[in-house]
Amino acid sequence: MILDVILRVAAKLFIPFILMFGLYVQLHGDFGPGGGFQAGVIIAAAVILYAIIFGKDAATRAVPEWAVRVMIPMGVLIYAGVGVWSMLMQGEYLNYNVLLHAGEKIGTYDAVHGQHWGVFLVEIGVLVTVTGTMLGIFYMFAGRGRPDD
Amino acid sequence: MVLLTLLAAITVGIIRTRNLFAVVVLSGAYSFLMASVMIVLDAVDVAMTEASVGAGISTVLVLGALYLTKIHEAPPRYSAVLPMVVTAGFGAVLIYGTWDLPPFGTAVQPVNEHVGALYLERNMAEMDIPNAVTSVLASYRGFDTLGEVTVIFTAGIGVMLLLKRWRTS
Repeated sequence: MILDVILRVAAKLFIPFILMFGLYVQLHGDFGPGGGFQAGVIIAAAVILYAIIFGKDAATRAVPEWAVRVMIPMGVLIYAGVGVWSMLMQGEYLNYNVLLHAGEKIGTYDAVHGQHWGVFLVEIGVLVTVTGTMLGIFYMFAGRGRPDD
Repeated sequence: MVLLTLLAAITVGIIRTRNLFAVVVLSGAYSFLMASVMIVLDAVDVAMTEASVGAGISTVLVLGALYLTKIHEAPPRYSAVLPMVVTAGFGAVLIYGTWDLPPFGTAVQPVNEHVGALYLERNMAEMDIPNAVTSVLASYRGFDTLGEVTVIFTAGIGVMLLLKRWRTS
């Protein structure tokens, strides 16, 4: 725990904006640069900054380790689940065309809308796994302490 | 050209420095320069990834690893002649390989002639997603990206298994 007032105040000021920028990168990825990978790293960086300034215990109160352990496989499951969903809608695995607005007649769907939702959900999956992995690795490093103490 | 010169200077600095903390900081600077190179090449998505992963997270993780070890590099135990010969030979092979690459920025080259052009042509009609990088990554090449996510998942699980403090019974 660092007792430097400037660092703590600056970090408190920065962290909400970093999180907001991460969400922007995630949700605006369809229109500008960015996507799940970058946003996941940015959001993980916000939590890591918090952990560096306020100590690992404070960070694990905000984002507990069990949550991180759940997030890592959860993202892969979301991603793969979109594929299963498209198979349930009688399409190929990860074929987003068929996801939405299936009509009474087999083979009618709104392809563009389905693509939007498919890409959106898949990027959420990427975000969850990347954030979880980065935080998990950081917690593991931070939790070890020096070998001699 | 300026960026590449700075990259070379930082690389020499990384090799010459024995203080590992300085090496980590120089690697972060290297990543930011690399991100600038990517922006010059109009690859903003790659630049963003390089800046956040290369300069951000890796620096933090390497600093975390550094906290567990000593801060000064041990003096080399073996002579550097053989590694230098191998590296120089490998570099020469790579430069020989670039002779067959098409000239930079030309329209008639494999990158622009096969599926790449097809994706760009059909993207707006099929996806309505202006950033073609996202649509290729998440939809046209969705299966590859699923593989990438699985790789990250595997890496995370592996590191956590290795670093976890197992209770000795």
